[in-house]
Amino acid sequence: MTRLTEIWVYLSASPLLHLALTLVAYLIGDWLYRRANHHALLHPVLLAVVMLVTALTLSGTDYSTYFEGAQFVHFLLGPATVALAVPLYLNLARVKRLWLPLAAGLVAGALTAIVSSVAIAWALGASDPTLLALAPKSVTAPVAMGITEKLGGPPSLTAILVVSTGILGAVLGPWALDMLKVRDAATRGFAIGTASHGIGTARAFQESETAGAFAGLAMGLNTLATSLLLPLLVQLFGTL
Amino acid sequence: MINALAILLVFQLMGEFLSHFLRLPIPGPVVGMALLFVALSVSSALTERLRETAQTILQHLSLLFVPAGVGVMLHAQRVLDEWLAISVALVASTLLTIAVTAFTISTVAHWMGVRNNEDRA
Repeated sequence: MTRLTEIWVYLSASPLLHLALTLVAYLIGDWLYRRANHHALLHPVLLAVVMLVTALTLSGTDYSTYFEGAQFVHFLLGPATVALAVPLYLNLARVKRLWLPLAAGLVAGALTAIVSSVAIAWALGASDPTLLALAPKSVTAPVAMGITEKLGGPPSLTAILVVSTGILGAVLGPWALDMLKVRDAATRGFAIGTASHGIGTARAFQESETAGAFAGLAMGLNTLATSLLLPLLVQLFGTL
Repeated sequence: MINALAILLVFQLMGEFLSHFLRLPIPGPVVGMALLFVALSVSSALTERLRETAQTILQHLSLLFVPAGVGVMLHAQRVLDEWLAISVALVASTLLTIAVTAFTISTVAHWMGVRNNEDRA
């Protein structure tokens, strides 16, 4: 028993354990999601987060210890963002033809995401740090965290709201677009990508390569739009 | 694979450098994506070299958000205290954003007479 305790102490201090756990939890989540025919409530990220938080709480591990291992996965968000240039380039012809409608959709979507989330949460009595963390929620995690930090809010809270928004967009987006009878793959992808960044983009790639490429384009452009618009809005309305 | 990963990292590095050097409000990886896009339009060999790796990474894009999601541990108290405001804001705002974006694109495309419903999802 003491020998097992010793091994546990050794392993829990190395990044290997939490890196492996992160990948395994995601694969189990992804497997369940496929088994359940992509059932909305079984989104792999949601399942993985629930499994990992349960395991960490039960073993008494804190988040910073976990992150020492998980940071290698988190780091790949950067190169993945760069990689979005590839599907984008492959869809260049359609982007060129639709550039004006897409630009209009981007500005309208970015403004809606910021203003509606802050206004609704404010009306329901959310605290100031929560409002600052909510504002950039539709932008991919590392960028949104940077924006909140610059505004003086808590970046780690932003990360959770960003991930939740991504899951919601992936789960509700295709359904909402069906209700609105939006069938064009480029429009569907772009709307999902604007609202719910990388997690939405992953969902859009399941619909079609084109939807995924336009979601990726929207995700990249919305990091731009929100980084530029949010500081302006804060100046306009004073401190939130 | 290693080849492609190195290319992506070099472009991210150039993006980070430019973003800081020019004090852009745009984050480094996004600048890197723009630079890579320009490079791809110049070299078709580069596109072929990156195609498979980019596809693999993007297919599992949502995995990369798991570590940030686990951060919910740090804010359990605040999330529980403000659960109603947070959940209503997230759900309503996400739906509104998707609807407004799709509606704007369709409307402007319609005004311009652009046919944008060739590919059905």
